[in-house]
Parts: sequence; structure tokens; C-alpha cells
Amino acid sequence: MHIIEAGNVAAAMGVKLAGARVIAAYPITPQTPLTEKLSELVDTGEMDAQYIPVESEHSAMAVCIAASSAGARAFTATSANGLLYMNEQLHWAAGARLPIVMCVVNRGIGAPWTVWNDHQDAVSQRDTGWIQIFCCDHQQIIDTVIQAFRIAETVRIPVMVCYDGYILSHTYMPFKLPEQSEVDRFLPAFEPDWSLDPGRPENLNTVTLPDIRPDVRGNTAPGYMEIRHDLQADLRRAIDKVSETDALFSEIFGRGGNPFIEPYRCEDADYIAVAMGSVSYQLRDVIDMLRKEGVAVGSAGLRLHRPFPDRAVAELLSGKKSAIVVEKALSYGYEGALCTDIKAALYNCEKRPAVKNIIVGLGGREITTKNLHDILKTSCEQNMQQESPLFSGLKI
Amino acid sequence: MHQDKNKNSKPFACYISHSEPGPGDAGRTGSWRVMRPVIDLKKCIPAKRNKPACFSCWLYCPDGVITKTVPPTIDYEYCKGCEICAEECPAGAITMVEETRILMEEE
Repeated sequence: MHIIEAGNVAAAMGVKLAGARVIAAYPITPQTPLTEKLSELVDTGEMDAQYIPVESEHSAMAVCIAASSAGARAFTATSANGLLYMNEQLHWAAGARLPIVMCVVNRGIGAPWTVWNDHQDAVSQRDTGWIQIFCCDHQQIIDTVIQAFRIAETVRIPVMVCYDGYILSHTYMPFKLPEQSEVDRFLPAFEPDWSLDPGRPENLNTVTLPDIRPDVRGNTAPGYMEIRHDLQADLRRAIDKVSETDALFSEIFGRGGNPFIEPYRCEDADYIAVAMGSVSYQLRDVIDMLRKEGVAVGSAGLRLHRPFPDRAVAELLSGKKSAIVVEKALSYGYEGALCTDIKAALYNCEKRPAVKNIIVGLGGREITTKNLHDILKTSCEQNMQQESPLFSGLKI
Repeated sequence: MHQDKNKNSKPFACYISHSEPGPGDAGRTGSWRVMRPVIDLKKCIPAKRNKPACFSCWLYCPDGVITKTVPPTIDYEYCKGCEICAEECPAGAITMVEETRILMEEE
């Protein structure tokens, strides 16, 4: 069944279909309609879940950590400064290996205060040990939310589902609503092999010594470094699991196929523009325009930000003349964080493209198709960028 | 509970930090100690009376490393040297001695 709804409602429907049992959230623009929808679904009894209103995002994540430790499928959502307020608990959820799913409705970070869209919130949380997936339209939002629970529960690593504030969260678009029976076939009940049990008291994640130790039963218990190495190793292994999950999803629902990076007119392209989120779909219009003008350019939307699908990125971009990374976030003091990642992924390629970096749409600055067209055309024609990263759309 | 790390037999059985109630499940914390509590059995109430009594040290020890026995004993493998027992002992039977002094005497 197709419905026409807002991106936030697509996310809420995904959470409902996935059967989350505990939802703890604090409202923040532009995430608010998502959690309002979920609280409504719980209130009317359409969803069999506990909705826990909390006094802050830090508490929202703390509740999810507790619920997940007790074996419940837990969900939360936030944006911008709310996500930053969770920061400490985000590291905790990943280190504790809890399969929590969270929607991050992307918004710029203050100061100065902004409620409009860019990617600085999610990108600044890149190194927390979470899996991060970016969505480009409403269908991807609902599909990715459902997939996120399966990925998280398979690899025992929490997942952030990121989508653009307003551009996706508040706009209406038709999308296919998956059938509950099909979702149930795709996503088995959450039955963790370990959860908190009052009958067998345990301390979780208390002071863990630098060295390994014999535990109370005489078994060797890991030290901090083993536990953190394990998280890194499993995040790298999760790349394959994301791909397997996508394949299973395609088999049941008939959608998917590009879980890492979505190419558009890339086969015969000399230049490829790479972006995350909705702007990567906007770029497709620009690519069509430039193709008509005779520029051999394609675009690619990066879906999986962490773990970084370096092989897929290198495979797509190797041998091209240049990769133009269009970003809505920065590693302040250097360049776009994605640009650095892409350069690193290409380092071992024999035929490395030039990598250029364009910053767009910070704090909701409108990204016009004409603007994208002009900047992309110039970037394709020039061997070297005059200035890197190049801010596009500045008016002063 | 620490799961089997054999990734082939059980994918994503991951390491997490658990500890169960019991001696030493937070590690050998005795090495953290700078000052060592030493019981003077001539002053210690249960030792002096040769029967179960007092046990304030056992009661107050936050790490559970003092036994409720006659006389009480301290497990230096885990005692962190917090000094609470010495502070609480009504007979003043527990004194804190510098670990370096004990080490030098042992040599």
C-alpha cells in the first residue's frame, strides 16, 4: 500500500512495524513530529510499547540503555544539540554493545542558534562507535528504520538512521508501507542471548582494569582494550552484515541493492559528485543537466557513513578524473570530514582521482539546483580547486 | 558471564564488561593501596575477648575484604587501603602503615 506522509511519519511507521517495546524521547525540532506520532500510537494502543517521557536527551539515551540491557527493543530520536547532549551516553551504548536504534533528524548546531538542516550533528558523532546510515527519501527512511533493528541486533551495535530535517522530515512524499507480515518475516523477535536478570545480579561496565583478569568463576575476563578492539573489529565486520541485510530486504520487499553508495550515471563518468542525504538526489537533476551540456559527470549518494565502506568507495571512484565531495558538515579547522575519509579510501588505489571539496547548505542555506550546477561544472573543468574546501552559496 | 570468543561458531558474541558479586571480580585492587591497615590483636575486641564481638571493621569495609572471624583478617589481595576500618574501629586497634615501609622491612 502506498501512502503520502511526512518523513517523520515514515520513520514512526517503521518503528511501529519493527515492534519497538520501549521509546524514550525528548522533543526537539525537527524531530518532534516523529516522537509525537509514536506517543500517539502508544496512547491509542496501536503500538504495544512503553513511551517514557524524559527530561533530557541524555536521559532518553540512558533509558534506552537500561531497556536494551533488560532485553527490550529500544528506540529514540533526536536532532542537533539534543544529539550532542547525548554524546556521553552514545559512547556508552556502543561500548556496552546495545542494539538501540535512533533516528537523527539532521539539523545544524549552535552557536549561532539554528533550527535548519545540515549534517554537523550526526557527523560530529561519527566516532562514538555507532553505525550511521543516511537516507535520501521517505521510502529509504521507513525501509532503513526496519533494517536498522535487524542490523543492530545481528552485530550488537547501535544504529543511527539519519535524514535531513525539514527537507525530508516535514515534506510529504508517497512511499510504500511494508506489510506487517513481511516485516515479521524480515525481522525476528528480539531475543538477546544475554540480558539483565534480577535473579542473577551482575555489575555492567563498571571500572574495567587495563589488564585482563580472572573473574569470580576463574575464567579470563577481557580488559578495556580487548573490549574496544572487539567493537572496532565487529564494526568492520558489520559492513558485510549491512550488505546481507540489504539483500534479504530486497528479496522480501523488492527494494534496495545499494546499501553502501548509490551510483547515478557513473559507469562512463569522468567526474563523480559524492554527497550524503537528500542533496545526493538533488544532484541527479544537476547531473542530467550537465550531461546534456556534454560533461561526463555522475553522482553517488553515500548511505553508510560508519562503518565506512572504503572498498565500495574506492571501487566506484578509482580511475575517475576527479571526485567532488559535496558536504553539509565540516571538521572545523581542516575540511569536510567525508572528504578526508574518501581521500583515505583512495590512497591505496593505483589510479587516484583528484578529490575536491564543496561545502553547501550550512544552517539551512538554500541549495539551489542552479548553484549546484555552476559549482559542479567549474569543479569538473578545473584541475585544482582554488580554495579547499570551497563554500558554495555564500552571499557576503 | 563471558561469552565464547569463537567468531566462527557464534558470530557477534561480543566482549562486554560484566562482573558478578564475589571476591576479585573487579580485579586485584590490592595494588592500588598506599597505606596498609594492620590490626593490633592486643587491642582488637574479638581477639582480646576470644569470642565473636564488635566486627565494626567487617561491617564498614566497603570492599568486603575483612572476615567476620576471631580474630578478623584482612585480604590484602583486594584491600584498597581506604582507611575506613581504621577510622571506625572503636578500640583504635587498626593502624595504617605505609606500604613502602612494609616492603623495606620485608627486604
